[in-house]
This record gives sequence, structure tokens and C-alpha cells, in this order.
Amino acid sequence: MEPIVTTLVFAPLVGALIAGLFGRRIGDLASQSVTTGLLLLTCGLSWMTFYQVIWGSWAGQETFTLAPFIHIGNFISNWSIRIDTLSAVMLVVVSSVSALVHIYSWGYMAEDPSRPRFFAYLSLFTFAMLMLVTAADFMQLFFGWEGVGLASYLLIGFWFKKPSASAAAIKAFVVNRVGDFGFALGIMTVFWMFGTIQFAELFPLIAAKAGTQWTFIGQSWSAIDLACGLLFIGAMGKSAQFFLHTWLPDAMEGPTPVSALIHAATMVTAGVYMVCLLSPMFEYAPVTKQIVTLIGAITALFAATVGLAQNDIKRVIAYSTCSQLGYMFFAAGVGAYQAAMFHLFTHAFFKALLFLGAGSVIHGMHHEQDMRKMGGLWKYLPVTYAVMVIGTLAITGFGIPSLHLGFAGFYSKDAIIESAWAASGKNGIASFAFVVGLLAAGLTAFYSWRLAFMTFHGTAKWDSAHADAHGHDDHAHDAGHGHDDHAHDDHGHAHKPHESPLVMLLPLVALAVGAIGAGYAFVESFVGEHRNEFWRGAIFNAPTNHVLEHAHHAPEWVVMAPLVVSMTGLAVAIYVYLMNEGMGLRVASRGGPLHTFFYNKWFFDELYEATFVRATRFLGDVFWKIGDQKIIDGFGPDGVAAVSASVGRRLSKAQSGYVYHYAFVMLLGVAGLLSYALWAWAH
Amino acid sequence: MTFQDALLLARPEVFLAASTLVLLVWGAFRGDKAMGEVSIGASLALFVAAGFAAVSPEGTAFAGGFIADGASIFGKVAIYLISPVAIYLGDRWLVRVGNGRFEFPILILLAALGMGMMVSAGDLISLYIGVELQSLALYVLAAFRRDDPKASEAGLKYFVLGALSSGLLLYGASLIYGFAGSTHFDLIAKSIEGGATGTGVLFGLVFLICGLAFKVSAAPFHMWTPDVYEGAPTPVVGFFAAAPKLAAMLLLARVLSEGFGTALEQWRQIIVVTAFLSVAVGAFGGLAQSNIKRLLAYSSIANIGYALIGLSAGSAEGMEAVLVFMVLYMIDVTGFFACLGALSRNGKPMEQLSDFAGLARVRPGMALALTALSFSVMGLPPFSGFWAKMFVFKAAIASGQWPLAVVLLLGSVVAAFYYLRLIKTMWFDAAPGQTDKEPLDAKGVAIASALFCFPVVLPALALLEPLAKTAALAFGLK
Repeated sequence: MEPIVTTLVFAPLVGALIAGLFGRRIGDLASQSVTTGLLLLTCGLSWMTFYQVIWGSWAGQETFTLAPFIHIGNFISNWSIRIDTLSAVMLVVVSSVSALVHIYSWGYMAEDPSRPRFFAYLSLFTFAMLMLVTAADFMQLFFGWEGVGLASYLLIGFWFKKPSASAAAIKAFVVNRVGDFGFALGIMTVFWMFGTIQFAELFPLIAAKAGTQWTFIGQSWSAIDLACGLLFIGAMGKSAQFFLHTWLPDAMEGPTPVSALIHAATMVTAGVYMVCLLSPMFEYAPVTKQIVTLIGAITALFAATVGLAQNDIKRVIAYSTCSQLGYMFFAAGVGAYQAAMFHLFTHAFFKALLFLGAGSVIHGMHHEQDMRKMGGLWKYLPVTYAVMVIGTLAITGFGIPSLHLGFAGFYSKDAIIESAWAASGKNGIASFAFVVGLLAAGLTAFYSWRLAFMTFHGTAKWDSAHADAHGHDDHAHDAGHGHDDHAHDDHGHAHKPHESPLVMLLPLVALAVGAIGAGYAFVESFVGEHRNEFWRGAIFNAPTNHVLEHAHHAPEWVVMAPLVVSMTGLAVAIYVYLMNEGMGLRVASRGGPLHTFFYNKWFFDELYEATFVRATRFLGDVFWKIGDQKIIDGFGPDGVAAVSASVGRRLSKAQSGYVYHYAFVMLLGVAGLLSYALWAWAH
Repeated sequence: MTFQDALLLARPEVFLAASTLVLLVWGAFRGDKAMGEVSIGASLALFVAAGFAAVSPEGTAFAGGFIADGASIFGKVAIYLISPVAIYLGDRWLVRVGNGRFEFPILILLAALGMGMMVSAGDLISLYIGVELQSLALYVLAAFRRDDPKASEAGLKYFVLGALSSGLLLYGASLIYGFAGSTHFDLIAKSIEGGATGTGVLFGLVFLICGLAFKVSAAPFHMWTPDVYEGAPTPVVGFFAAAPKLAAMLLLARVLSEGFGTALEQWRQIIVVTAFLSVAVGAFGGLAQSNIKRLLAYSSIANIGYALIGLSAGSAEGMEAVLVFMVLYMIDVTGFFACLGALSRNGKPMEQLSDFAGLARVRPGMALALTALSFSVMGLPPFSGFWAKMFVFKAAIASGQWPLAVVLLLGSVVAAFYYLRLIKTMWFDAAPGQTDKEPLDAKGVAIASALFCFPVVLPALALLEPLAKTAALAFGLK
């Protein structure tokens, strides 16, 4: 057992090192083969682990300590691999999506000159993510947390020659700093409170200390709420929740496979994973749970509204990701951690599918990302079209409640909405989350179908668009980077959209299978009757927490409501984008206040620019230009040097060359020394 | 003490004086073509004198006017050994510039004789004789190239200002004699101890210090230094900067410790001020210089400041520091001027900083030697200058002279700039053209002193330090 899990965690690291350090020497093909091969190995072993942990002979919960990490006094952290249901689920999600993305990238990145670097980063990311999900204490969790942050930074800025990509990478890094600061403080709080950061030692201690209060600035604070709140700030940063979400849409500057792997399926769900992992803590932090619910609900609604008005195909999906993460968080917030994990699981499949499908469209459209310049593509990209429709059906939660049959999102999203309803009896914020969940489901349906219709249906706008744009610079602007695209002149057959190669389609098909079947296959295990045997204590529910129980007995209208609202969203989308094509554009061009508000993402970037960015820059300027240049340099090195030089010049000016001047100075010196001596002796 | 015993104590000086006269007559008969022979004879005479000094017995002679003790022996050996180097360098150099005259080695001999008298002076009279004998020879040496207006100007300036300083010195001596009733150092010390002399004798001491400060070019009596260094022939300046400074420092140390040892607190205050001023003037003044010889003038002012810091410690440790410092500095500075004497471009000596641009590519050997010497004067470990400064620093700290120790450090930092600038110019700037082939003599001395800076200094220090310690004890300070 131990060799298997060790191999599966470290194989991507080996691949990353080989491709990263020797990529130039061994060549592109070898680098790609090594990384992809090792990833497939990891993937296979992950599924095996998953099978063994859930149905097989392995003990449900086991931790392998590999090596010491930090041992300082009581502060003990080890490199270790923790295997339980929770980490097994994450292993499967991470390694499967990562393996598919590796394969997909063979086609998508085929013309990029620095493929070894790309695959090395992808594998490095996978390693960091695996370290994160198998962590048995906070420090390794933090290590993985920062590792995925680093890989994310490197991959967003993969096309670093493009200024917008560099800026986006820095933005992602900086915004995550805010979250990580909270996370680090949270870890310190936990250590301060419990004297340990080992999950296994920590969790049994929590119930006893649940009521601890700390006094700070004359106020009494619930210590466990504080700790969880700080940790949740970390989760907010990584999972792009409201207030710290601004980096995620910009992260779409990275190559599309990266968006699929990191910014949809895996890394951004780390926050959800952490909250579920720490369910034994959060269960005793009622206030923080309310905050989690509130933030999650707001994010779900906010991102969905912004998604309505975006035109960039990747940005729509990015906001959709943001919104779905909101769902997961409010599910965790109301206590339905299982539902959150379930949605995380299904979402990984259909969101990766949507992203990779979008990548296929972009690939086929020669790196055009603006949906307004697409349309009618279903004829040219039939496979992509088919899988995108499957993905859309999955994300909109299409299914038939009475038969209990539907796409993946149907099971998980409905479980969340029902949980929110179940919790809302004594909890106002949960009611809010329930309403928001329904509303956002309708919006999700609308913008998802809008994406599908604008891209694949209607009249083709790309012909004229491309003819117009050809030879213009603004074409290059949307196409962006120069190096990964097909150089436009290479294509003798003009700019006709084309279906992607098989190596890209296969992962799409595989994910489509997941998007269809993952819900049906696992609903009983994750949230249904068998959930206790499935989780085997990896997720903790307080004795008073019966949310999932209640959710199962939700009334008929609650069960039907999601379908109704999403069908409504679909109907509106059909009306606006199929039956009255061009209506959406007219609404947008009218520039109404609501559209402007949504289109500009609630003006968050502008707000942050005006407050934090400008204030920070101002502060930086103060320290740099006044503090450093004027005060430290001015009075320090520069000032002293200038004074020295001027003293030197004056001294040499006194050296006039006239003997009588010299004699005069000598006599002055005698007189001066005498006077000084008389004065000094008198004292 | 019989007259014979007295002559035995003064044997090195007597021998030098006799040799000088013989060589002078020899040269007068043979003319300038005898320069080579006279130089060799003078060098040999100096070596023999050094040998006599080394084995000299200790004691006082001529009614206390002449002292032979550890300090004087140490000083004489050092002076008599460095002087032949000056003869060797100067002789060749003067021949190259077409100014070879047999008087040059004679004048060096006379100056060395004067210095020998200075370090052996036991009363104010022999002090003055030694100082004047040395100075008169140096005035002439400075103006040795009579056809060079700059050299003549330098010699004249030096002479006029030197006369002024002699006046100050004599005035001080007469004040001291008037108040203390004696010219002998030990008797002066006694009368001060008795307390009958008041401040009058100390008043005289200040004048005396001023006169000697001129000789060591300490601020504020340093004004002549840059001009004379710039104008005088390069090897002569190399001589100026080395032996006479050591002699004058030794003399100052002897007067202060033996004649005024009981008034230590009083004279220390004067020395502290001059030390501080010297370090400041030397460090800052050098920043604005573009002529290397002027630069070295300021460098020597600063270094005298450091030596005075050691003196101001007023302890045996301080005196030892002064001796070690002066000897190491002497070797450094001789090497520096050997480099300057060796380097020329199209027959014109290289004296401007800009002349040294890119020297590392044109003359890597000389550039390396200059770099090592610069590092040494800068005080960079493990070069000799570092050890010299460390001795002074330790002595200053041990006697509680914290402010001066800080001044020493700060001065070194400021002065480091101009040494580093020289190094930077040699190694990183573009060379304007080829330089002439450097003569073997100067190059040899330059490289030898560079090698002394490192690594020879390490074993040499082990030898030098106990000698200096013994010599320092002769001053009778604790």
C-alpha cells in the first residue's frame, strides 16, 4: 500500500524534474512522453487506491510518514501521505483530470516552442496538488497550497512575453497572498490553541475546547470561530470567492488546458476541500459557518450575473466556475460537506469538459475567443459540439427528478439546494442561500446555453469577421500571443474552423462520460444512503447536524424547483439567442445600467484599483521615493558621498599654491592649537 | 664615560659622516661620471651603518645629548636600510631623465645621517641639529632637477615653509629651556614633575610639536605636502614619504615620552587634535585629486594621522603600534613611488589618474602590484596595511581613545574611495594606448614591496613585532 501511494504522489515530481531540467536536451517528444506517461501511472494508481479504500481491503484511514519536515519544540510537521476517502476522492479527481489534460495538451500545444517547460509545470502542479490533498498536517497542506499557487503563477504567465499574461500571473499571485496570509494566521491560531498541527491529534481535541473565548481589544471572541475564519480566508483566496475572486477571470490568460486543470477542476477547489477536511473544526464554529454560507451564496449569485454579460468564451466559463465554487461553499457552510465534495467531484468532470471543449473551439477558430465572432460552428466541430452540449446539460443540472435520472450536475446541485433548504428552518442565511441557489441555477442555465448557442448555432459570424480582421492588428489582439497559435499564413485554406485532432477529442469524450455518469454512479455513496460507509469518518458531522437527512425528505416543490428554473433559463436563452438572434447584442449595445454593471464585473477591479492598489502603490511610493531615496539614500550613501566630495573640493581649493597662504595656515594652526591647549588644560 | 665609549655609541653616525666626506671628495674629483660608484659606495656605507647600529651597545653619550637605546637602534636600522632603496631608485631614474649627478647619493647620505641624529637626540640641541641636517638635505633633494621649474618651485616652497617651522621649533625650544632650565629631556621631565614650571613650558611644547608636525606633514601643517610631492622628482618623493617620516615620528615620540612623559594628559590633547585633523584632511582632500602624486600626498597625511592616533595612546603599546605602522607604511609607499617611477608613456611619466586607465591590460604586472599596494594602504586584510592599522586601532582602544578609533575607521572608509577608484581605473577603463617598457629596477622594487604587502608581511610581522615591542619599551611609557 505504501509503495503504491508514494509512487503515485511522487511520479509527477519525477516527470516535472526530468522535463524541466533536461527538457531541452531530451527534446519535446521525450519530455511529453515522460510526463504524460508518469501521469497516466499516477492516474491508474489513484483509481486503484480509490477502489481499494472504498470497496477494497485497505483500511479506511491511514497515514504514512515519509520524513520529518519541521521539528521545533512542540511544532512537529512531517512529510506524510494521508489516505482516506476524502483524499482518495481528490486523488482520483486530480490525477484523472491532470492525465487527460496532459494528453489534450499534446494537441493543443503542438506548435508551442517550449513544450517541455509547459509539461514540466503541469506535472509540478499535479505533484503539489497531490501533496496538498494527502497532507496529514497543516504545514504540508500549506506546502501544497503554495506549491499549486506557484505552478498556477508559472502557468498563467506561461506566455510571459504577453504583458497581459504576466500581469494576470502577478495578480493571481498577489491576491492569493492575501488569502495565504489569513491561512498562515489560521495555522498559527490552531497551533496556539491546541499545541499541534497534526490533523489526527487535533481533531479529537476540538470538542473539549469548543467554547474557548479569547479577549482581544476588549471584546470576547470565540477562538475556534476565529481559527476557522482565518483558515477560510485562505480558502477564499484559493477558491476565488467573493472579494478575493478578481484573479480567476484574469487567469484565463494562461493556455486553455491550464484553465481546465487548475482554474476549474482542481486547484480552485482546494478551498472547498480544506473546509471539508476541517469539518471537525468547522462543525464547532457556528459563526464562521454562517460566514462561509453567506460568502458562498453571494459568490454563486455574483459570478452568475457577471457571466451573463461576458463575451469571451473562457471568461464565461471562468465566472461559471466561480459561481459553482460558491455553491460548494454554501453547501459546506450549511453542514452538507458531503454534498460539497460531491459537487466538487462532478463539477471537475463537466467543468474540465467545458474548458477543454472551449479550448477545442478556440483551437478550431485559430485562437479566436470572442463568442460574438463565432456562430454556426456545430457543422464544423461536430464532436466538440456534442460534448459541449453534454457539458452544458451537466452544469445546468438537467435531469428528471421523478425518475432520479440525469446528468452529473443534476445530482450534486440538487443535493446542495435541498441541503440549503433543509438547513433554512432555523437559519436565515441558509434560506438566503437556498433562494440564491435557485436563482443562480436559472442564471447558470441561461449563460451556459447562451454560450452554446452563440458558439455553435445561429449565423456564422466568423467568415466575415475573419475576412475583415485579417491583416488587421486587432485580430492579433484577440488571438493574443504569437507563439502557440498556428501562424496564420500556414493555413492555405483560409480560416475555416476545423475539428480538433483525435488526441484532443479523446479526453473530451472521456470527460463527457464522466459528465454524464459520475452523478448517477456515485450519488448514493457521496450523499445517499451509503454515505457513512463511503466516508468512514473522513467527514465529520456534529451529532446535531442532520442536514443531509432532512434534505432527503425535501418536499416535491423543492425537488422540482431547480429543474423548473433551469428550464426557464434555457427557454429564455432559446428565445434570445436562437429565435431572436441579435437580441442579446442589441441589449448589450444599448448599455443599460444593469448590463454595464454585470459587464464590468460589478466594478470590482475598478474598486480595488481605486482603493487597495492605489493605496498600496502610494504607500510603496512613500517608502521608496521618500523613505528610501530621500531619507536613507539621501542622508546615507548619496548624502555622505556628496558631502565628502564637496569637502574634498573645498580642501583642494584651499591649496592655492601660494607660500604665504600656506605659512598663514601654519600660523593659524599654531594659534589655534595654543588656544585650544590653554582652554583644554584649564578644564 | 670616556670619549671612546661615546664614539662607540655613535659609531654608525660617525662612520656615515666619514664615508660621506670621502665619497664627496671622490665625486668632486671624478665628476658626474662617478655617480654610479658614489651610489654604490653610499649604499654600502648605509648598509655598514645599519650593521653597526644593529650591534650597537645602549647608553647615553656627549653629556646626554646622544642616546642609543632600543628605539634609536630600531629606527636607525629601518632608516639605513630603506635609504639605499631610495638611492637605487633615484640614481637610475635621474640617469634616465638625463639628470644624473653624483651629489644625489651624497645628499641622501646626509639626510640619513640627520635622521640618525634625530632618533638618537637626547636634548633639544641635538634634536635641532638632527632635524636641520636632514631638512637641508631634503630641501636640496626636492629641487634636485634645477632645470625643472616645478621641482625648483617645490624645493623653494619646502625650504621657506621649512624655515618657518624651524623657527617655531626653535622658539618652542627656547621657551622650554627658559621655563624648565635645561635642554635635556630627562631634566625637563624632572622639572615638570616638580611642578615649578607652570604652563610656560607646555606653551613651549606646543610650538615644538608644531615644528615637528610640519616635518611629518600632519595637519594643519600639511600645506606644503601636495605641492612638494607633485613637483619634486618621483623617487625623491618616495624617499620623503618614507624614512624622514619615521625619523620625525620617532623623535616626536621621544620628546613627548621622555621629556614630557609626566605631562601626558596635556600633550595628548594636542596630538589628538592634529591626528583628527590629519585623518580628515587626508581622507577628504584626496577625493578631489586627479594627480596620483598629490593623491599620495593626501594619503600620507591621513596615514600620519593614523600614526599620531597610536602616539596619542601614550602607552608602550601605542609606541609599538607607531613603530610597526611606520615601518609597514614606509614599505608600502616606497612600492607606490617605485611604480610611479617605473611607468611612463612616450617618455612622459604617468602622473594623472587617467593615465592609468586600462593598465591591467597593458602592464598586468604593474597593475597587479599597484592593486596590491592600494589594497594594503586601504587597510584591506590580509595586506600589510591592515595589520598596521590594527595595531594602532588596538592601542587606541586599550587606552580608551574610542573617538579616535572611530575616526580611524571612518577615515579609512572615506580614503578607500580613492584607492578603489585607482583600482577601478586600472582594471575596468579603456586603455588610451601602450606604455613604455618599465625599467627593471623600479619594477623590481615595486613587485618586491607588493609581495611584501602580501604574503611576506605575515612572517615578517612575527619578526618585526617583538623588535618593535622592545624598542617601544625604551620610551619608558607603560
